[in-house]
Parts: sequence; structure tokens; C-alpha cells
Amino acid sequence: MDVTLSVNGETHKLDIEPRVTLLDALRDRLGLTGSKKGCDHGQCGACTVLVNGRRVNSCLSLAVMHEDDEITTIEGIGMPDDLARLQQDFVECDGYQCGYCTPGQIVSATAAIEEAKLGWPSYVSPSLADMGELTDEEIAERMSGNLCRCSAYPGIRQAIARAAEAEDKA
Amino acid sequence: MRPFDYTRPENLEVASQALTDGATPIAGGTNLIDLMKLQIMTPEHVVDLTRLPGLSDIDGTPDGGMRIGALVSNSVLAGDPTVRRAYPVLARALLAGASGQIRNKATTGGNLLQRTRCPYFYDTAMPCNKREPNSGCSAQGGIARMCAILGTSPECIAAHPSDMAVAMRALDAQVEIRQTSGETRTLPVGDLYLLPGDNPAKEYALEAGEVITAVILPAPVSGARQTYRKVRDRASYAFALVSVAAVVKMDGDTIESAQLAFGGIGAKPWRDTEVEDVLAGEAPSDELFAKAADVLLRDAWTEESNAFKAPLAKRTLISALRDATGLSGETHFDMGDAA
Ligand SMILES: Cc1cc2nc3c(=O)[nH]c(=O)nc-3n(C[C@H](O)[C@H](O)[C@H](O)COP(=O)(O)OP(=O)(O)OC[C@H]3O[C@@H](n4cnc5c(N)ncnc54)[C@H](O)[C@@H]3O)c2cc1C
Ligand code: SF4
Ligand code: FES
Ligand code: FES
Repeated sequence: MDVTLSVNGETHKLDIEPRVTLLDALRDRLGLTGSKKGCDHGQCGACTVLVNGRRVNSCLSLAVMHEDDEITTIEGIGMPDDLARLQQDFVECDGYQCGYCTPGQIVSATAAIEEAKLGWPSYVSPSLADMGELTDEEIAERMSGNLCRCSAYPGIRQAIARAAEAEDKA
Repeated sequence: MRPFDYTRPENLEVASQALTDGATPIAGGTNLIDLMKLQIMTPEHVVDLTRLPGLSDIDGTPDGGMRIGALVSNSVLAGDPTVRRAYPVLARALLAGASGQIRNKATTGGNLLQRTRCPYFYDTAMPCNKREPNSGCSAQGGIARMCAILGTSPECIAAHPSDMAVAMRALDAQVEIRQTSGETRTLPVGDLYLLPGDNPAKEYALEAGEVITAVILPAPVSGARQTYRKVRDRASYAFALVSVAAVVKMDGDTIESAQLAFGGIGAKPWRDTEVEDVLAGEAPSDELFAKAADVLLRDAWTEESNAFKAPLAKRTLISALRDATGLSGETHFDMGDAA
């Protein structure tokens, strides 16, 4: 069936079967292989993309359900010649080892910082009224949907804390 | 995934007609797509509810309660200022579930109707009465860690996995359902769920063609302390082994009322008013809480691999009640204030 996907600001007309996931459409049809397939069951976060600015697991969504949505993948966040602030922080803080989970981590963290700015609390926030500081514990909880098999977690949390702080000041 | 037809109806009437004809609705898709990949659910026609008008709002009700549209996402609901202020037990339960990514897609209706996480239900190589009637139950004598100890039957011991529904049960939520006739009926959330009995494949009190349109919360119990305590195998992003939703109102040094619901241990989101009756009118103490837990667990039926859940549920209830009654001296709790 025909579907129009808007990805990283570009519009693509595709003819795809309804059973194709958003992840497979991005990787196999549009060649955007930055989003990874770790588990294909919503359990690892490697496939995280933004849909209308909110992070989702693209493996648990059908491409045909995303007509008219604005989709952003890691390629839309920043490319090697023009890294986003968070990507630079991942490099400087050693936020990865093999790198497989990294695109998902960075896309997810980009949205997690936005969610914190909106004041959305997390399960570990002491108060629901005011989430307070984006502590290490808060970052860990908010990023629990992204697993890292290499366990680069300390560097990942540090990179996110740095980027969030930089945004706060900006 | 098996091939299927996909349609995106413009209104509920068309959607409802397709469902009456045997189609399966999809909302966030976070459970359904997973089950379709594993061919546990193999619909021939999938009806996308996500663009239906009027199902994505959170509104106040005339009596001071709240109406939550079926398509409101779990993260929007948890972040809603009124939910955070008036129904903190619900915000906490939502935030205790799944991950940031999944909560952004998961909907209120889909969350209520998500299917069990019994590992054998997902393993098509193993017998499972819920997936394939009369094939047997592999969890009994198997790994029943994620299974229930209350409300089960010899046919099936699966637990309902939703955190959100547990909080909604404690809050006396009603589910609004659009019938095929176009009329609306409402059901207490506890009655949406059927116990497994001798037909574990039938899980919900919904007829073909019926769509959940909203969840309605009554006005919050003013001045009640609310808490959601979840115990799981890792700190985050895991289903509950045991969870407790508590809405407790104190009158000086005695408990005026307690509304309690439980996750991880029940074949459905569990509530037992006899437990609450033990507490009402009494002064909080560990002995009293232990007595309440013993009433909760009076009919518990455990497997070797989940026998730990009875003592764990007891300790979790005692701990939640210590906080909610003020006995622990914990000052960080959420108050449910007027909406
Ligand atoms: C890795 C992982 C971890 C998770 N952890 C947790 C957890 O800790 N706690 C927790 O509570 N949940 C957890 N979940 C489950 C998650 O909360 C559910 O998948 C989600 O809430 C389902 O909502 P949905 O909108 O995506 O439903 P869908 O997948 O779209 O639908 C679920 C079912 O409901 C039906 N349906 C949907 N909407 C309607 C409607 N309006 N009327 C009638 N029928 C309808 C569908 O046909 C389908 O059968 C987890 C999920 C994953 C993948
Ligand atoms: S407990 Fe229920 S879902 Fe699990 S194997 Fe037995 S019948 Fe299937
Ligand atoms: S590939 Fe989507 S969550 Fe693992
Ligand atoms: S860097 Fe290897 S999985 Fe995270």
C-alpha cells in the first residue's frame, strides 16, 4: 500500500506491505541504517527514533501508521561532519564501546532531555510536582529503555548530564 | 508477521463495524505488534484507531473526577498536572511501567487490554491453554516467576501485567465502552477482567465490535496519601513481581479508609475489600498490617517457583502501609488533592 513518510525533513513515497515495521522501512527501504535492530521486540531501545519529537521504538510500530508524522533518525540528529552537541559529548565521555546501541542511546537521550525540560517526572523523582535536578539516578531511570551490552553506562550518563547542563545554560 | 489488511477508519462507527466483522484494533501497537511477530495473534484485518477523533483528551467531569480518552498515551497521562496532583498513585504506576519510549506509544485502552507476560504464552513450542485451548499449562511445574498466586485456576495461572490498571482499580475507575449499537456502557475496571476459570483464552468482558473509549476516575479522595510500590527483578524496565497501589486516608491516629490494589500476584489487577475492612477504623501497626496481608493471601495458591511471592507480597504491603499511614515517618509521599 502507498504511504508517505517524512524522515529527517525529506518526504518519501513508498509502496509497502502493512506488516513492515517502521524500523525495517527506514533501514531496508530508505537506507537509513543508523537505527539498529537489537531485539525487534521493544526490549533494548537500539531502534529508537523520534516521531513528532517524541522517542519511540521503531521496531514496535508499523510504517503505514506514520503517514504525515515527522520522523527523525540518528542521521537527522547529526552526521560525522556536523555532530550534535550530545554526539560530541558521547565521544568525549567515552559513552560507547562497540557502538551498536549508541544511535538509539543518543536519539533517546535527545528526547529524554526534552521531557525533563517539560517537567515530566520519572518514577524516581522525589516529588511529582517538581522533578528537581536531572541527577545521575534520574538519568539512569529515564534511559532504562536503552540497554548497552558493553555496559558503557557511566560514560553514557555523564555525556547526557553534560549535554543537559549545556542546554540549561544556553 | 503474517500479511494482513490495514485500514484507518475516519470514525468510530466504521471502526466498530470492521471489528464486528472480525478485525483487530491497534492503538500504540506495543503489545499487538509483538504478538503478531510471534504469530500468537494473527489478525487478517487490523484497524488503526490512532487517528479517530475525540479519543485523545483528558477532561474534568462534572463531579470533580476525570475522563481519560482511550488514546491518551501513558506518558502524557503520567505528565498531566492534574493527574500528578490529584491521582499521584496513577502517575507513579504509569512511570513504573515499561520505558520512556514505550510509554510514549502505549495508550490507556491498549494498556488495560495488554496480554499476559507468562513466558509460555509467548513460546509457541510449549503447551498453553490461554494461547491454544486444551493444550495444557506449561507454567505449572515450570517457571512461574511471572505468574499469579490469586484468582488462578487449574487451567491457567497467568498474571495480568499492567501497572496502570492496578492504580486504576485502587482509584475505583470505570471503563467506558462503545457498543456496536453506538451506545455507551460503563464497567468498573475490575469487571473488565475475567478470571481464567475453565476458559483462560477469554480474558476481557468485551463483545466483538466493542471499543474502549475512555477511563473515568471519580473525584479524588481528598487528603488521602497515595503510593505505588513495585518490586521487580531489576530497578527499572521490568514487569512487577509484586506491586501495591495504596490510597489511604487517616483520621488523626486511626485509618479512616484504605483502598488497596495489587499487581504481579493476581490473575487480574487485584482488589479485595476484606483486606481494606481489616484496616478501617484501626490504629496503624505492623501487627495490623500483617493481619491484613494474611487476609489478602488466605486463598493464595503457589507453585514452587513462585512461592516467594506470598511472603514478598506481605512485606511489600506492610511497607507500603507503613508509608501511607505515616507509621514509617516517611515524609515524601504524594497527597491526592482535589482535581
Ligand atoms: C519491553 C516491554 C516492557 C514493558 N513493561 C511494562 C511494565 O513494566 N508495566 C506495564 O504495565 N506494561 C509494560 N509493558 C506493556 C505496555 O504497557 C503495553 O504494551 C501497552 O500499554 C499496550 O498499549 P498499546 O496502546 O500499545 O496497545 P496495543 O498493542 O495497540 O493493543 C493491545 C491490545 O488492546 C487492544 N486495543 C487497543 N486499544 C483498544 C481500544 N481502545 N478498544 C478495544 N481494544 C483495544 C488491541 O486490539 C490489542 O489486543 C511493556 C511492554 C514492553 C514491550
Ligand atoms: S499460566 Fe496461562 S498463559 Fe501461562 S502457560 Fe499456563 S495457560 Fe498459558
Ligand atoms: S530493536 Fe526495537 S527495542 Fe530492540
Ligand atoms: S556500546 Fe556496545 S552495546 Fe552499547
